[in-house]
Amino acid sequence: MKMNKLFAMAASMVLCSAVFAGCGTEGGSSSNSGKKSGDKLISVGIINNDPNESGYRTANVNDLKATFTKENGYDAQFAYSLKNEEQINYAQKYIQDEVDYLLLSAADTAGWDSVLKDAKDAGVKVILFDRTIDADESLYEASIVSDMNKEGETAVEWLKNQNLTSYDIIHLQGVMGSAAQKGRSGALTDTASKLNWNIVVEQTAEWNAEKAQQIVQSAIDSNQKFNVIYAENDDMAKGAVAALDRANISHGVGKDVIVMGFDCNKWALQELKAGNWNYDGQCNPFQSSYIVDIIKKLENGETLPQKTIIMDEKGFDASTITDADVEQYGI
Amino acid sequence: MSQNTKNNTASSIITAMFRKQIFIPLAALLILALFNFIMDPSFFKITLGHNSNGDPLLSGNIISIIDYGSELAILAVGMTLVTAASRGQDISVGAAIAISGSVVLRVLCGTNSRPDELQAPIIVAFIISCFVAMACGAFNGVLVSVFKIQPMVATLILFTAGRSIAAWINNNELPVVTDSTFSVFGGYIPGIPIPTPFFIALACFVVIFLVLKFTTLGLYVQSVGINEETSRLNGLNPALIKFITYVILGLCVAVAGLIKVSRISSINYSVVAKDIEMDAILAVALGGNALGGGKFNISASILGAYVIQFLTTTLYKFQVQSDALPAYKAVVVILLVVLSAPIVREKIAALFRKLRPARAEQNG
Amino acid sequence: MQEKSLLEMRGIYKSFPGVKALRNVDFTLREGEIHALMGENGAGKSTLIKVLTGVHVKDGGDIFIKGHGGAVQIRSPQEAQNLGISTVYQEISLCPNLSVAENIFIGRGKGPAVNWREMNKKAGELLDSLGIAVKPNQQLASCSIAVQQMVAIARAVDMECSVLILDEPTSSLDESEVEKLFGLMRDLKKRGVGIIFVTHFLDQVYEVCDRITVLRDGQLVGEYEIEKLPRVQLVSKMLGKELDDMADIKNDIPQYDEARNKIVYEAENLCSSEGIKPFNFRIRKGEVNGFTGLLGSGRSECVRAIFGADKVTSGKVWVDGKQVKINKPIDAMKHGIAYLAEDRKRDGIVGDLSVRDNIILALQVKKGFFRPFSKAQATKFADEYIKLLDIKTASVNTPIKSLSGGNQQKVILGRWLLTHPNYLILDEPTRGIDVGTKVDIQKLVLKLASEGMSITFISSETDEMLRTCSRLLVMRDRKLVGELKGDQLTQNTIMNTIAGGEQK
Repeated sequence: MKMNKLFAMAASMVLCSAVFAGCGTEGGSSSNSGKKSGDKLISVGIINNDPNESGYRTANVNDLKATFTKENGYDAQFAYSLKNEEQINYAQKYIQDEVDYLLLSAADTAGWDSVLKDAKDAGVKVILFDRTIDADESLYEASIVSDMNKEGETAVEWLKNQNLTSYDIIHLQGVMGSAAQKGRSGALTDTASKLNWNIVVEQTAEWNAEKAQQIVQSAIDSNQKFNVIYAENDDMAKGAVAALDRANISHGVGKDVIVMGFDCNKWALQELKAGNWNYDGQCNPFQSSYIVDIIKKLENGETLPQKTIIMDEKGFDASTITDADVEQYGI
Repeated sequence: MSQNTKNNTASSIITAMFRKQIFIPLAALLILALFNFIMDPSFFKITLGHNSNGDPLLSGNIISIIDYGSELAILAVGMTLVTAASRGQDISVGAAIAISGSVVLRVLCGTNSRPDELQAPIIVAFIISCFVAMACGAFNGVLVSVFKIQPMVATLILFTAGRSIAAWINNNELPVVTDSTFSVFGGYIPGIPIPTPFFIALACFVVIFLVLKFTTLGLYVQSVGINEETSRLNGLNPALIKFITYVILGLCVAVAGLIKVSRISSINYSVVAKDIEMDAILAVALGGNALGGGKFNISASILGAYVIQFLTTTLYKFQVQSDALPAYKAVVVILLVVLSAPIVREKIAALFRKLRPARAEQNG
Repeated sequence: MQEKSLLEMRGIYKSFPGVKALRNVDFTLREGEIHALMGENGAGKSTLIKVLTGVHVKDGGDIFIKGHGGAVQIRSPQEAQNLGISTVYQEISLCPNLSVAENIFIGRGKGPAVNWREMNKKAGELLDSLGIAVKPNQQLASCSIAVQQMVAIARAVDMECSVLILDEPTSSLDESEVEKLFGLMRDLKKRGVGIIFVTHFLDQVYEVCDRITVLRDGQLVGEYEIEKLPRVQLVSKMLGKELDDMADIKNDIPQYDEARNKIVYEAENLCSSEGIKPFNFRIRKGEVNGFTGLLGSGRSECVRAIFGADKVTSGKVWVDGKQVKINKPIDAMKHGIAYLAEDRKRDGIVGDLSVRDNIILALQVKKGFFRPFSKAQATKFADEYIKLLDIKTASVNTPIKSLSGGNQQKVILGRWLLTHPNYLILDEPTRGIDVGTKVDIQKLVLKLASEGMSITFISSETDEMLRTCSRLLVMRDRKLVGELKGDQLTQNTIMNTIAGGEQK
């Protein structure tokens, strides 16, 4: 009996490790990194969230992987976790490995003070990307972030410029309390109250296409009048469109309902190009060029003009988007 | 005298009704229906319209319920069997749906995640996903039946790893199927105005009822769930029976997974069928089935699943403040579960007895 | 209330849906007496006790308790305890993983802090005063069942109970343990405690009790002084008829002609994982034989090995002259062997399932997965055996767990008879059930054997085996040590064989 249990545990461990091998720490070949004299490679330890978290994250990880290569002069190690404690463990390991740069997209905003102090003492330079943390600015060199509020504002500004005779909006929110939801909801809520836009439905679909479909379906079933779908990500916009199609409500450029999404998935931009949607706001996952820029400046001994760097983020309009945009910005 | 006898029968019918297992989900359904009827009778309105392709279809809240409740109802079938036989629940069904859905898309799309045409027939993709989902079930089943690990702990493994596996199957890509025939399973068959998921669910119910009628599965599962040792001494193989229930649940997962990915012709590994395991377990509980295993009633579980969907649709319909939605759901759930507790039911039944014929006692 | 009464119950009524369990029952318990509560299964003993202990609330009648003027209400076990009523059940309801002392004091502390030293000391004194030989800090699970039972009694005593209910306390004890328990009971009696003793063992009743109350079909038959009620009369009062059946059976030892019938089952060097020595065994058509020996001698393990209930490690087996493999129960069932297990609750009933499902279970498994019985067919089978075995149940849909012990046993017996076995193994089929049913089962065994069924019968009561078996296999220390038949079948020879060589 006891043997059985042990065996079962072993079996499940094997399974787990097999699974996580695909998404766990990579770059085993380069684990003997650290500073080697005469070697010009810059060593970086990159701690990111799980690439399976979302399409955004996948694009983000792929971008970093493509940039920090041996050919480009980097010796990079990657670690992925959605848990803060695990990320901190990875950070400590990289500090012990004496990497030159620690690149961090933290799972949680709190709890990083002591480990970043260790990094500072060890002379490891820390660059935050994608997400900020609650720590003293002196503990890191730079922070490259998306401004979710600005994303929302760009989108709402675009909506305002459509000059509709009336605004009856279905607002599909992401998981409540997430940074993206707060930023993208905030702009719409403010403007709507200022300009007397009518928010017909405001519900969270938790980034989930199917829930969005149900919410819009429910609005249609109860004969709600609306002419704008403001979905805080592409999946939810897609779900909403599925409900519209069922009810034979036309949507897209020059049609009855305006469809807005976020994140610029490639398939979403294709919908945009085809005129089925009207607007898609970017949440830029391509931070590596910014990071490379900062590292170069630091290596040359320059000082950075500001710590927090906000990335350029575009909003695409169905009437102006080009095939080149779809290729370049689609994730 | 005859008056009393009448009263007695009336009260005994009410008492018997309270004891019936299906009473709880039925009562919940009626209460929800009544609530909606009072608040807004148009809730039940069904209209015949056309979709953007010009095909006829019915729409309305009731249609939404039978449509979106399908996956949950299908899962409730398998979850009921698993619960009855192994005295525990499989919490990995959401993750397993992600895996089987991912497999469907992988087969349909091949290596190119956005093909212009399907790389394989849908039936092939579905059959392969069935095998994968049954393998997931078998994995859980072996841990539970052979290694005697508690079901919740055993299925925790797949629960944790499942969505990563799902993403890995498609190389972290998000495949999109453009072929419109694929969307039939989560949408409508052209010309038929009732959503396909409802028919798929119905087919599943028919199959499981036939299985229960023409095999001894029901008796074996209950017997093993109630007393494993006795079952063994009566010639059953308890491990095999538990294992089978997990494989059946795997099959349910594959069907639910097909509907889920068909609905949006794509997949989002981290949110597809999120928390559906909890709803499935709740459906079993709402059906009055003991989560500690033993006797079960599949119809009650299925009804329980639709009650949950009814509740969700009601909350959407009345636009309950979005972040308060789970709280409302929790309150209703607590009420229903408390109501379904045997002790409360006994009390209510006793109350009816008291209210009715106080004199009957003397005559009897 | 009468002068010396501790407890009086007057005109108690209690009914359950479809059953009137108690009708106008009176019961009186006096100070310092041991009072036997007797009746067949379903007579209302358990219900009466449950009313007294607050498990069920009575529908009508009054309960008086000394020191509490007027009628008292008992609505919960807690209230019963507060009134000084304590119960020790057949199944021990203590916590096996705690120590003896903890079990005595659990749930009765006055504050959050526990003074372990003090607790162990007090427990030690209590156990000493009651003459229970166990250390307070010993883990309860490591004590014998008898000691566990006495610990439960010690707990009751320490809670200053005046009424102690012992519900079938002796059914899992051996003789010396029973003696110890009786010593304790007599001791408590001297202290003025009133003891209500529920048992099926007539000997024990006549050994310790002062008074007997007999119930039948939920009604009071009468209350008697023990000297004024001879055994035969007690039995006849319990059954409600003059009983010659017992005498009949005694003279009916089957004269079994060994060589005439063919061998149905034969095993050579059979051995299982449960630590029994390899043994040889055979049984002929129409023969009734039995395994006897002390508790733990391996008699159950032998028949479990025959049925494949435990893992069979070695040995050859022939059924009807053909060599076969029996590794698991289904193999045995396919060869026409049926096994009624010793522990009814653990190995016999499927509690929540209906009587019908319980009856058809084995035959259904034998028939196969894809060939279920229709409900009508199953009901027909169930009705047949309910009638044949005179099972008292409200309907075939009643869950088996709500039946009385004896009726549960009959259902299980019916289950195996339904498979029409050639060879039926009965391991303690009469344990914990009433006299009437016991006699029924013994008669049934003889009847089945006369119809050609081979039966192995195990019982802790030797006279029961003498009444039924034509051959006895004696076990000692997990080893088959002797075979007795014909003239050898007397109490004396059996005792001597069980005890072994040192007995002169």
